[in-house]
Amino acid sequence: MQMIRDNNWVLSVGTFLPMLGVIALLVTPKANEAAIKMVALLTSVATVIIGIFTLVNFDFDQAGAMQFVAQTDWIPVIKSTYFIGVDGISLPLYLLSMVVTLLVVIYSLDHIPSPGNPKAFFILMLILQTGMAGTFIAQDLILFFVFFELVLLPMYFMIGVWGGEQRQYASLKFFLYTMFGSALMLVAFLAIFFKTGAESFAIPYLVENGGGIAKNVQVWIFAGMFIGFAVKVPMFPFHTWLPDAHTQAPTQGSVILAAILLKLGTYGFVRIAIPTLPDAAIEWAPWIGGLAVVGIIYGAFGCLAQTDMKRLIAFSSVAHMGFVMLGISTLTSFGVNAAVFGMVAHGLITGMLFFIAGSVKERYHTLEIAKLGGMLTQVPRLGWILGLCSMASLGLPGLAGFWGEFPAILSAYNPADGLNVSVYRTYMVIAALGTVFAAAYLLWLYQRTAFGTPKGHDHHDVHDVTTYEWVAWLPLLVAIVAFGVVPNLLFGVIDPAVQETLRAFGG
Amino acid sequence: MSLVASSAAAWTAPVIDYHALAPEIVLAVGLSVVLLVDLFTAERNKWLLSVLTGFTLLGATLPVLTLAIHDDSVRSLFEGRYVVDEFSLVMKGLFLLAGYVIVLLSSAYVEEGDYWRGEYWFLLLTSLLGMVMMSSSRDLVSVFVALEFLSIPAYMLAAWRKRDLRSNEAGVKYFLLGVFASAVMLYGMSLLYGVANSTLLVDIGESIDLDGDFAAVQALAVVFVVVGFAFKVSAVPFHTWAPDTYEGAPTPVTAFLSVASKAAGFIALVVVLLTAFPAGRDVWQPFVWVLSALTMTIGNVFALRQTNLVRMIAYSSVSQGGFVLMPLAVAGGAAGDAALRAVVVYLVVYAATNLGMFGVILAVSRKTRSSDIASLGGLFSYAPALGVLLTIFLASLAGIPPLGGWIGKFAAFQALLTDATPWAYVLAVIGAVNSVIAFGYYGNVMREVWMRPVPHGDNTPIVTPSSLQIALGITAVATLVLGILPGVVLHFGDIANLVGAFGG
Repeated sequence: MQMIRDNNWVLSVGTFLPMLGVIALLVTPKANEAAIKMVALLTSVATVIIGIFTLVNFDFDQAGAMQFVAQTDWIPVIKSTYFIGVDGISLPLYLLSMVVTLLVVIYSLDHIPSPGNPKAFFILMLILQTGMAGTFIAQDLILFFVFFELVLLPMYFMIGVWGGEQRQYASLKFFLYTMFGSALMLVAFLAIFFKTGAESFAIPYLVENGGGIAKNVQVWIFAGMFIGFAVKVPMFPFHTWLPDAHTQAPTQGSVILAAILLKLGTYGFVRIAIPTLPDAAIEWAPWIGGLAVVGIIYGAFGCLAQTDMKRLIAFSSVAHMGFVMLGISTLTSFGVNAAVFGMVAHGLITGMLFFIAGSVKERYHTLEIAKLGGMLTQVPRLGWILGLCSMASLGLPGLAGFWGEFPAILSAYNPADGLNVSVYRTYMVIAALGTVFAAAYLLWLYQRTAFGTPKGHDHHDVHDVTTYEWVAWLPLLVAIVAFGVVPNLLFGVIDPAVQETLRAFGG
Repeated sequence: MSLVASSAAAWTAPVIDYHALAPEIVLAVGLSVVLLVDLFTAERNKWLLSVLTGFTLLGATLPVLTLAIHDDSVRSLFEGRYVVDEFSLVMKGLFLLAGYVIVLLSSAYVEEGDYWRGEYWFLLLTSLLGMVMMSSSRDLVSVFVALEFLSIPAYMLAAWRKRDLRSNEAGVKYFLLGVFASAVMLYGMSLLYGVANSTLLVDIGESIDLDGDFAAVQALAVVFVVVGFAFKVSAVPFHTWAPDTYEGAPTPVTAFLSVASKAAGFIALVVVLLTAFPAGRDVWQPFVWVLSALTMTIGNVFALRQTNLVRMIAYSSVSQGGFVLMPLAVAGGAAGDAALRAVVVYLVVYAATNLGMFGVILAVSRKTRSSDIASLGGLFSYAPALGVLLTIFLASLAGIPPLGGWIGKFAAFQALLTDATPWAYVLAVIGAVNSVIAFGYYGNVMREVWMRPVPHGDNTPIVTPSSLQIALGITAVATLVLGILPGVVLHFGDIANLVGAFGG
């Protein structure tokens, strides 16, 4: 893999800038809330500016190459290096993590969840940002692992302190599931390290040498990684932490979880598990595809059964990540392209849906679908935004969701060599049925909450979209439409990197 | 008789390398001075003693540093019975610094009690001297003497609160089981001497031969010695003294026992296994494997059920001991170096983290006067700094990057996977699962700190004495630095020539 080392400070600055913000926040007095919000805002704006600089300097003609590569000694004794870089797969996710954090900070300026304490809240959010961005740029397994774990504690506290009624249960469940996965993942990382001659943890090195491991060993190592990433995605049957965590998390936590954290798992499959262990990937792919379609259908049925709007959106994530995993499981560049697009699209759309759910809760003090209704007459702008996002989520052509979902289904028609075609075509049919269910639950949701007449007349503080909300949401809405109309904005960046990643499978 | 006579005739005074012994000498002088000063100072000036103890420990660290930077890296004294190499210097440094932090943790505690302060500092220094000696001992006799040297003052320290029944119970339990362990170990050692006709560990290593005539006796000896150490490091099923002793002993003493005393036990175990028993690994590797799996699991399961903070820490420390044993289960094979490094790294990281946690507990209990986990409720809301520190230490113990603890666990896993046998993989998976279970109770404490209301709505702030603040600062910085730049400690642990060093 080609390495471009220009501007190699950019990624480190972009990733660790939030930590500077954390230090600044630590010395800011707790009582001075205005200053705290200002520091958090400035930090995330500065981070996004660095992100834009990264984007501008990214060489799009070589999106398949690692760019802004920096490599220096970190833990020489175990041959782990501080090795970072981005290619066309990481770049969109890396930038998404920065933008989403900024938007969430903007939203929080006006919406600090109970019990308050913005200082701690913003500190956790900025630590999360470092962990998320770092995971997407790490090119060394140990570095990846450290960043991957760095997001755990802040999210645990975000859910546990600022969450809903069942927050303590939900946060512990989230934590234990993820930690269980990552413990086995670490063992798998060590195993691949030793099986490739204990030379290096660098991902490019392992991609080159991982294929030489005996197949039955590969299958076991893949199993460890699979559990680590599948819990994070989450794939059926490891998904049960997700509805609880999403429902109980504060709005900001849900948005970050949906938009970024879930992608850490799918990204892990694309970046690490599949390219480093190609033989095992072929063995595992049908099972992954199978679990993916089970997830699609199960998530859809789960949605149909929900009475709580936030929980419904959470279950829809299980279904959508099923499409992403189905695309990945085909091991074709077509499928993986769709999957990476789906990751970004799901991040934008579901992040947006959670924002809306938070605002609905704030206005109506309930998320129970049966108690909502008539949003279009009472809060028309919010209602229309919900409509747009529901359509995007169900995969309406012309909006971003379509380009994640439709090509993923299509790719199952023709999986990579060595995979059983008839099995995948069955998956394709089931997944296509899943889109029908998706339309059903989203339209049903929309119909029950937005149409009709408003229920309950004691909502004095029901107001339409506020300025803070507009500022936080508009970029997401614009992106949903823009990527929907011109998908090549994204595919153009992703595709060369996907081709490079899947070299072991002949394209 | 003739043997004794002939060796008596040949006896000449050994050449003593005073530089190599300087840390021990400083400690010995220091503890005598503490004892003398205690006799001749008025009650209101007793604070001098803690200062003296602290200076003694820092003073003893100086020669450790000069020895470390000296070119002559291995100094072998008394025909190889007492060796100062990099490994022993790292451990001496660890004991002395951990001792210093314990002095910082104890000084306010000791000043505020009405007990025998002079004796406290004297016993602490004596026990630390034993540990420093243990790091260098490479002979059955010096190992045993060092072990008793460090244990006996510790028995007394555990029972230091003379009028407190629990403290008495702690001391007596610790003493009885400790002596029993010593007896078992001594029996094993006597068998070893019978086999090898030498007490030097290297000689024993050469004469152990499990295919030879005395295989059964040798195997028995190995097992007895390992069992003796298993008591000292509170490995399951020899851990039963730990919870009661930890709970009853004064809190700073508990910190001392769970960190320094435990580390000394592991050091002795490592040295004996790697130098005296390499040929006996078919006996002790499976034995340590079982001990490790049991210790991790049982320690965790019991820790989950505790409502008393110190008891929980006791079981957690039992379980952490299982993680230290984990790499030793493969230490006899190709993974020997990796295992040794893992043990050293784990002990260093664990010392920083655990001492820090005890620091927070001492600070909080000054206000709450309770050791229930529930007494930590809402700590973050009224003492955010202590709350965050406690979170850092707990997360480090749970092994969450980028805090120190993860590198210890990582090194242990690394050693197991270097060995690459199926049994090693199984133990690695058991360890991985246990590190998740452990978060159950560490997370429970975090939940109390962050998410629960303050008991009785008592929001009075906590006054932390400056010595305690310094201790917390040192341990927190160490925990963070070890986690983010683990190269520092891994370098210390990277002592490839440990075994080779003993021959001289």
